[in-house]
Amino acid sequence: MTRALARMALWRLVFAVPLVFAVTLGMFALAKASPFDPVRQYLGDRAVVTSPEVVARIRENWGLDRPVAEQYLTWLGNLLRGDLGDSRSMHRPVAEVIGERIGWTLLAVGCALVLMLVVSLAVGALAAWRRDSWLDRLISGTAYANEAAPVFWVALIVIWVFAVQLRWLPPGGLTDPAATTLEAGDVLRHLILPVTVLAFSQSSWLLLFVRESLIATLREDFVLGARARGLRERTVIGRHALRSALLPFITLLGARIPELVTGAILVESVFSWPGVASASVQAALAADFPLLAALTLLATLAVVVGNLLADGAYVIADPRVRVLGVS
Amino acid sequence: MRTSVRIAAGVLVALALAVLLVPAIVQLDQQLVDLRSANQAPSFAHPFGTDEVGRDVLLRVVYGLRVSLLIGLVAALVSVTVGTVAGLTAGALGGAADRVIMRVVDGFNSVPHLLFGIFIVALFSPSATAVVASVGLTHWTTAARIVRSEVLTLRARPFVDAAISGGSGRLRVVRRHLLPHLLPHIALASVLMVPHAIWHETALSFLGLGLPPHLASLGNMINDGARSLLAGNWWASLFPGLFILLPTLAVSVLVQHWRDRANPRRRSELQL
Repeated sequence: MTRALARMALWRLVFAVPLVFAVTLGMFALAKASPFDPVRQYLGDRAVVTSPEVVARIRENWGLDRPVAEQYLTWLGNLLRGDLGDSRSMHRPVAEVIGERIGWTLLAVGCALVLMLVVSLAVGALAAWRRDSWLDRLISGTAYANEAAPVFWVALIVIWVFAVQLRWLPPGGLTDPAATTLEAGDVLRHLILPVTVLAFSQSSWLLLFVRESLIATLREDFVLGARARGLRERTVIGRHALRSALLPFITLLGARIPELVTGAILVESVFSWPGVASASVQAALAADFPLLAALTLLATLAVVVGNLLADGAYVIADPRVRVLGVS
Repeated sequence: MRTSVRIAAGVLVALALAVLLVPAIVQLDQQLVDLRSANQAPSFAHPFGTDEVGRDVLLRVVYGLRVSLLIGLVAALVSVTVGTVAGLTAGALGGAADRVIMRVVDGFNSVPHLLFGIFIVALFSPSATAVVASVGLTHWTTAARIVRSEVLTLRARPFVDAAISGGSGRLRVVRRHLLPHLLPHIALASVLMVPHAIWHETALSFLGLGLPPHLASLGNMINDGARSLLAGNWWASLFPGLFILLPTLAVSVLVQHWRDRANPRRRSELQL
């Protein structure tokens, strides 16, 4: 198994490395084609009163007067050495900004993933078990509507209901505005709404997938056999049917990382959650290339790693892949 | 025909009529600000209420849907065209060209679409063109994959062999024998792409990275509405969102129905 895993991982990496390089090249080309002048932007209003010599000196300092290929290689070299540059909008090193925020994103996204998995497994299995009942119709109908609803809009409705009308939970932020220290209880209260909305928005595909897959599996002979042996319905569904119905879902989950990133960007922005995803919007609004490029690269790495993990999980979960090798 | 299909078709027709007819009947002065009637809850005079500067939300929603629909259509057209050309080239040429194009597709797919869109819009100042370009550049991969896989199955069919034996060149095979078979798939991909493109436009506008803020677009309206939400004005953001949800849902119901009809085996499985 370890050999199969190692071979698969190696094969994936062989493809991933040029891919990440291609993404950096694409980003750099886009930045060069953009009409924004980073120096002018850095100077802001001062651009009008700054003498051309000073502007030229800044350009020289930033290496903007060098050939484009050299600029790219310098930037890439810096990235490889771990120097992500300075964020022009936050006036701090990019690595520092990301380091400070990534924990909050991982916390929110991690909680949302767990919640999404548990809830959609349970609800999807329920819908499949009670197939074609009013409950199933309600569940699948909600899931289809949720698939079509923009997550930022759902988030606003949730804020209106739970923060404005009922006043149960805060409408956004990480802590209470008056709080001077970080307290777990306070953060937890601010975490509930974003996590629930993110989990809800990501759940419908999984829920519908579990439902459809389980309905197909429930018709198979081994389920009939399990029922014929007099096993309880819970055992039949939980231990026999669900287990076999879930296999393809592992790869699907890894392939969903891009959607998860998209959801995180929108949810973090609506709830002013201080994570890396909302930072990408702030960087974009300020046309802050170093920060935006680093965050885009980070998301790309997350997608690549997600695919890798999905394949790895598949190798572990499916004995056929393990024995016969990866095709 | 199922009731859901009828409702979906009805919704789409009603929205299309509203988008086409209302601007011809009721003129919207986009800058018309009436602060005396600001933030009014839905009433008989203003069924969807008024926004924070007193503009009628219903009228603006119709105009916003028009803008979003137009951008969605153009963006879908761009991405499906690019995707079709790429998919056809990859499928028809095969070999190295196929591998290169599909690796490019993988590359584009490995950057989350919204982030890529944000990246493009941020660097090329927010405008309708930037939004269309960002949606077109990020979503052609889906169409390319569909077209390529269809071309690969078509290539193995006897009539393609017959055409080649009959002396047809590559271009003629593509134009006369492949494209007509691909059209239904391309059409379906375009139909599915429109709601997605609308979603993309509204998301970018909502983040403040899409269309210019004075323009009545659904995303801009939700963004505006969000500001007065904490004061309890739910209508200014609820209704624009509803008008993203409704067409998207209607299209997905119709496409689902069409797929069920095309594939009778699935008919029993996917009853909603």
